[in-house]
Amino acid sequence: MDGTRKFKVATKHHVTTTINGDPAEFLCTPEQTLLDVLRDVLYLTGSKEGCASGDCGACSVILDGRLVCSCLVLGVEAEGRDVETIEGMANGDELHPLQQKFLEHAALQCGICTPGFLVAAKALLARNPDPTETEVRYWLAGNLCRCTGYDKIVRAVLDAAAEMRGN
Amino acid sequence: MNDVTMKGLGERMWKVVGTRPVRPDGVDKVTGRAKFGADLNLPNMLIGKVLRSPHAHARIKSIDTSKAQALPGVKAVVTSADFSDLPSEFIPAGEMMVNFRDMTRNVMAREKALYEGHAVAAVAAISEAVAAQALKLIEVEYEVLPHVMDVAQAMQPDAPLLHESMYTIGMEPKPEKPSNVAKRVEFALGDVAAGFAKADVVIEREFTTQPVHQGYIEPHACVASVSEDGQAELWCSTQGQFIVRNFCAKLLGMELSRLRVTASEIGGGFGGKTVVYLEPLALVLSRKAAQPVKMVMSRTEVFKASGPTSGARIWVKIGATRDGRITAAEALLKYQAGAFQGSPVQPGCMCAFAPYDLENVKVVGFDVVVNRPKVAAYRAPGGPISEFAVESVIDELAGRLNLDPIEFRLKNAAKEGTKAAYGPKFGPIGLVQTLEAARAHRNYGVPLKANQGRGVASGFWFNIGGETCAALNLTEDGSVTLVAGTPDIGGSRASLAMMAAEELGIALDKVRPIIGDTSALGYNFLTGGSRVTFSSGMAVIEAAREMIRRLRERAAKIWEIPLDSVAWEDGHARAVGGAKQVAPMPLAEIAKTAGKTGGPIVGYAAINAQGAGPSLATHVVDVEVDPETGKVTVLRYLAVQDAGRAVHPSYVEGQMQGGAVQGIGWALNEEYIYDKNGRMENPGFLDYRIPVCSDVPMIDTVIVEVPNPRHPYGVRGVGETPIVPPMGAIANAVANATGIRFTDLPMSPPRVLKAIDEKHAATSK
Repeated sequence: MDGTRKFKVATKHHVTTTINGDPAEFLCTPEQTLLDVLRDVLYLTGSKEGCASGDCGACSVILDGRLVCSCLVLGVEAEGRDVETIEGMANGDELHPLQQKFLEHAALQCGICTPGFLVAAKALLARNPDPTETEVRYWLAGNLCRCTGYDKIVRAVLDAAAEMRGN
Repeated sequence: MNDVTMKGLGERMWKVVGTRPVRPDGVDKVTGRAKFGADLNLPNMLIGKVLRSPHAHARIKSIDTSKAQALPGVKAVVTSADFSDLPSEFIPAGEMMVNFRDMTRNVMAREKALYEGHAVAAVAAISEAVAAQALKLIEVEYEVLPHVMDVAQAMQPDAPLLHESMYTIGMEPKPEKPSNVAKRVEFALGDVAAGFAKADVVIEREFTTQPVHQGYIEPHACVASVSEDGQAELWCSTQGQFIVRNFCAKLLGMELSRLRVTASEIGGGFGGKTVVYLEPLALVLSRKAAQPVKMVMSRTEVFKASGPTSGARIWVKIGATRDGRITAAEALLKYQAGAFQGSPVQPGCMCAFAPYDLENVKVVGFDVVVNRPKVAAYRAPGGPISEFAVESVIDELAGRLNLDPIEFRLKNAAKEGTKAAYGPKFGPIGLVQTLEAARAHRNYGVPLKANQGRGVASGFWFNIGGETCAALNLTEDGSVTLVAGTPDIGGSRASLAMMAAEELGIALDKVRPIIGDTSALGYNFLTGGSRVTFSSGMAVIEAAREMIRRLRERAAKIWEIPLDSVAWEDGHARAVGGAKQVAPMPLAEIAKTAGKTGGPIVGYAAINAQGAGPSLATHVVDVEVDPETGKVTVLRYLAVQDAGRAVHPSYVEGQMQGGAVQGIGWALNEEYIYDKNGRMENPGFLDYRIPVCSDVPMIDTVIVEVPNPRHPYGVRGVGETPIVPPMGAIANAVANATGIRFTDLPMSPPRVLKAIDEKHAATSK
């Protein structure tokens, strides 16, 4: 600890990153999570905070191709990285097949967990385009849903996977 | 696989009802656009935080907020001194009662902190960091008191007393001393002693259940903005914007019309968002600071300070004749209320034996305060607890009598005309149909292997109606906006729009539903009691009928014929009875000329919806119990339920599936764990583990439709009943898999393994 310091240092870091394919810059304090930055600094409120401890998956984003809980990533860690959120999932006015299948299968009730499930499912299908029901269930085990009992979510993901494979 | 069995009301050709369209709010919810409680930010907004008691029971001797108030960036600090005390009076609030003396103390502790997490002060500051720092500067002097967590201990004469002025209601003679027992209730029919005397077999058992949390994924959140002239706006995640308005106005001494409450999208509630926690605090902070204040609970706060449902002790005794007819049934229920009276023991008593047609019944319940968070409604409040115990004994009796569990239930099932122990005679109800559909389902015949077992349980819930308004506004192009006053928690915009389209005879995409704020409509009771599709649906149909009357009036005016010569069919006015030969006039054409024929056309309904129909269900579950670890795995699950009429079958199935899985969590995993000081040890989703995707199989469903004659489309509520049968069904399946009757929830691996080991030790002696 430098007790002789006379001036106040900047408390915020400048971060340059890519969000949903677009260049983005923001200022954040060292302890701010990526979720805090997305929601409170960039106003991308599609990612939700359900627990702030990495247990519910409502804040799921894809960071450099890898599924993460944004509540467990610091904002400064986004420097130079590529962040994909729910806001970037649809292609313009065309819904992603997962989004469309969630609607068709009624795979949401209250909808608070839905962005996290969609982002997690997208990450799954990027790695495994033809998952079994069991693989879907284990991959999505980090996302909590209290409304649906998961049945229609699993069906929607399997159906979207089939459609994306061209079946 | 999901099936719908159609019965009755076959005469009407439904066009929209019974189909499975995409919900109108769906795109917003799959794109992240939908705004939930914590998603609103206002200019100049402050962040509010709550200081909470670290003690389970403590007298608050003093609170010094001066240092917090002096911290730069702090704009307001409040304690109980900022709220008026209110007298004790009970107000019916749907399935529960509220008492404003208790409510003002629950949102902000006054004389005592009564549970760990009880709010004692709150601050509003320019940032969350400053608010957190301010909380640390508040000095509270506590006198820690002995605490009590269990109902049996709380009922002892020497137990620590939570409320010195509480005397048990419902006791004769009136008690001379205060106690922790708030209320005794009793429901009886016939003569149980005489009934048991006629029985060939009598089984009695004691059960315990632990408090479980509703577990909505969205923590409580709100933004309050009070202007200098006392007008206030409140945005919050709630099951009822109107009840929030009324509760907050009462707590703050405000006129109702000066507080406008907007319900955000709601990220789950299950009964837990039918009360206020942060909302009155945010309003008082905002009033003091004259700036908007946002407050959001952490997950820890949700667990420690918002409502779980009761833990309970239950005793059940049932007798039956050799041929399988129940002769008498008796139960004693002791429910934890948490820190303030008002457990759901009364509905627990009322539905304990409701699925059965019994001559002799007696149920006694006690509402007991303990040093835990005040319980809030949780999906069929009270029912799952008592019916778990009853369904366990029913199953054991069936086994003792060598009867198939469905056959035994069919021999005793309540049906139309059965007089329930809690009073009414049932109208048409669907228990028999659910039992028959369950027995006929392929799951009921799947062969089981070693360590596997099948369990059956039925369940009952009343459902409610109540005060409801809805508006339909016809636009100039013939499309219709629908304003409902009940937050859409699981697809009700879809079911309400479908009923409007059905009644008006127009395409579903011509109806655009929204949820109005408290200034948009007259009073609406909340989204709860499985009432929305029933009550708001009834109001929407009535509003549509009013709109149709006006549409016919305009057509009659245009055609210059009497009103009763104009009929409404398939979205068109038609001249009937030979009054005039004209082509039918579509709704859109009448809409276009409405300005010239008398002005805008609307339909409005303000009703007190009566005649909610009970919904009954039967669940069948297969489990496998691992004898090495005690882990119970659900192999297959079937939920069968009477929906009356399934307006949107996918969302009815969704309720059944979601309730079943919540029940699986209640049965196998979930419980509040406290240390010896009354501090919760598992206030997070890691240690309070709700079921995840890999824990459960597909949940098979069969919707049975026995129309409710008191609803124009036959609708019953469906939301709550699905959580009633799972605990009993799983306990019965585990008993069949292990030969051990589990009477304590949850049937978690350590508890199951211990019982298996004890059984082996006993048999190997």
